[in-house]
Amino acid sequence: MSSTASPRLRRTARLLGAASAGLGVAMLRDPVGVARTAGVDDSDTVLSVLPLVGARELAHALPLLAGRPGWAWTRVAGDVMDLAVMGAALADRRGERYRRLRTATIAVAGLAAVDLGTALRSRRARRTGPAADLPLTGPLTSPIEVSASTTVNKPPAEVYGYWRDFSRLPTFMAHVRQVATLEGGRRSHWVAEAPGRRTVEWDAEVVEDEPGRLISWRSTAGADVPNTGSVEFTPAPGDRGTEVRVRLAYAQPGGRLGKAVAKLFGEAPDQQVRDDLTRFKQVLETGQVVRSEGTPEGPFAKRLLTQRPAAPHA
Amino acid sequence: MRATQWMGKYRVEVNEVPDPQILNDRDAIVQVSSTAICGSDLHLFDGFIPTMRRGDILGHEFMGEVVEVGRGVGNLRVGDRVVVPFPIACGNCSACRRGFFSVCENSNPNAGIAEKFMGHSPCGIFGYSHMMGGIPGGQAEYVRVPFADVGPLKVDSDHTDEQLLFLTDVFPTGYLGAEHCEIRPGDVIAVWGMGAVGQFAVASAKMLGAERIIAIDRFDYRLAKAREAGATDVLDYEEVDVTEALKEMTAGRGPDGCIDAVGMEAHHPTTAVHAYDRAKQATMSETERPHALREAITSVANGGTVSIIGVYGGLMDKFPIGSLMNRSITVRTGQTPVQKYIRPLYERIRNGDIDPSFVVSHTMPLTKAPKAYRMFRDKKDGANKIVLKP
Ligand SMILES: NC(=O)c1ccc[n+]([C@@H]2O[C@H](COP(=O)([O-])OP(=O)(O)OC[C@H]3O[C@@H](n4cnc5c(N)ncnc54)[C@H](O)[C@@H]3O)[C@@H](O)[C@H]2O)c1
Ligand SMILES: [Zn+2]
Ligand SMILES: [Zn+2]
Repeated sequence: MSSTASPRLRRTARLLGAASAGLGVAMLRDPVGVARTAGVDDSDTVLSVLPLVGARELAHALPLLAGRPGWAWTRVAGDVMDLAVMGAALADRRGERYRRLRTATIAVAGLAAVDLGTALRSRRARRTGPAADLPLTGPLTSPIEVSASTTVNKPPAEVYGYWRDFSRLPTFMAHVRQVATLEGGRRSHWVAEAPGRRTVEWDAEVVEDEPGRLISWRSTAGADVPNTGSVEFTPAPGDRGTEVRVRLAYAQPGGRLGKAVAKLFGEAPDQQVRDDLTRFKQVLETGQVVRSEGTPEGPFAKRLLTQRPAAPHA
Repeated sequence: MRATQWMGKYRVEVNEVPDPQILNDRDAIVQVSSTAICGSDLHLFDGFIPTMRRGDILGHEFMGEVVEVGRGVGNLRVGDRVVVPFPIACGNCSACRRGFFSVCENSNPNAGIAEKFMGHSPCGIFGYSHMMGGIPGGQAEYVRVPFADVGPLKVDSDHTDEQLLFLTDVFPTGYLGAEHCEIRPGDVIAVWGMGAVGQFAVASAKMLGAERIIAIDRFDYRLAKAREAGATDVLDYEEVDVTEALKEMTAGRGPDGCIDAVGMEAHHPTTAVHAYDRAKQATMSETERPHALREAITSVANGGTVSIIGVYGGLMDKFPIGSLMNRSITVRTGQTPVQKYIRPLYERIRNGDIDPSFVVSHTMPLTKAPKAYRMFRDKKDGANKIVLKP
């Protein structure tokens, strides 16, 4: 849905993710079997450490499966560790065990090369993200760009109509607290939550407005976080409703560093926009954001990591 | 209220928890009169489904009485007796509009997690992990039912709970398995796994006119139930080579439809295959034990259908794609869109075509849930289908 990485890179990342998942599960389930295959089943230490290594594999599996090549770095770190340990182990193995361990080491070295390549290319991909042809207020230095899309089972006029009344945006944009519209909707004042319980505010103006097709906007001078966005509505083929495509660009305090820090706190901006659109679809199709005991706010990036138990809360 | 909570692998407890509350306008609260344990719950109990959390309330097969309705529920009233489908569906999205209720696009608030595992997300399901919504289940005194204006079937006949409860899941699921096979006159249908799901697949294949129905399991008491449901033949897979036996029984053709009602925790008979799979499992990336599924694929007749209604969770190794492709086999599968089948199957019960209560082997108080889970998992004391009474 959104990323600066190329499709091929994302595919490689997914493949590595699948490998991690498989290996992780095998190590957790049957450490003895894995140790035997690798020729190190004679060591008690290996047997106790393998499930931990398995857990490590599972930890990088998820983001990689989601097509995030950047996470290959954590695999590279793991590979270095494994190769070091295996190299040491090779020195005192003989016979059949030696042959098995050698095969396993060669396999790990091969995978390590793929990991390293993927991780390196992910860095390059990040540095050369596509420049938005969005209506910028001025040069946003190293803007964060995110995009997402969804299909809503309603006609374009209705979907456009809901979005065009900006004061309704907070019902589905989790981090936008309030939007006040001025001048018949051409201008608006936004208040949004920022990481660390702060709020940021800005004025925005509508740049393009084609009823039923497109809305784009940009912040005006003096914004806390200069930003720009567009949403496009196109009829989905064969009466499938409306395809909604959102693109946002904003300068975040600290630029890329800010993005990395935000990510650590589960504030990954692309997941946020995706969640916003999920809620938008829910509101239009079912009348409301859908909540559960595990996810009381409705679809929400942070809740993907810290679920509440699926039981009523006092 | 009292509720059955998942407390970790192999651990369920019945504990006191707060009563559920309406969270969305289209919710209702149901006081549960009967609830059952499903083979799907065993996958959670045994720790095979990821994203469970300590304290999650289990249970997706339940019925009872409406005690509260949200503002957006126009068709139900306090006091109505309802049977609730296990998948949660909004009725508005294009999947629901096409009858694919179990892949509703709006009912899983954690679609983001499921997308990471599976590419796209299925619907929300009661008591079935956080990847499926983090929605408390119905093995409890009360349960919150989302989109209560779409799913629940209001019943007014004087059937017992035991006759209606299985409309929530296992009867429609067995029916779906049989329907997938598009049974024509003369068709032979083989069903792997004689739990309640397989037994209803047998009963449904009979209703849909199969010539011969072959039931496969290793527990005699379950194979006996299968005969009761309408199986013409039974096979104990520990005694015979199933693929060979099926070939023999169909004079070399193989069954026209093969239904996998076993799923990810298939048991391996002690043969060379067992050793083969053990070795593979130790080294390969595999989360499933797909023994029954592989056998169903290699057994089915050329041009036949394999219906997968047993649940799978992740990745499988050594999938016999060559057999599938070269022999023009159709695979059909899915979590059951119960909303689509619940009314016509209720009619079948009213007509007297079937009395689903034949699957019940035990009725126990809800407080005995931990014991019931163990009995059901170990197939002890003739445990076939256990109903819990809150
Ligand atoms: N598709 C759906 O919507 C849906 C709904 C409900 C249940 N299910 C699934 O259906 C499956 C069965 O559920 P159930 O409640 O009947 O469970 P169950 O545990 O009562 O029955 C499973 C049966 O399979 C048998 N079995 C195991 N290995 C076998 C093999 N190799 N060959 C033949 N039989 C074998 C077992 O002996 C057991 O009798 C589960 O995977 C469950 O998750 C799917
Ligand atoms: Zn079930
Ligand atoms: Zn839906």
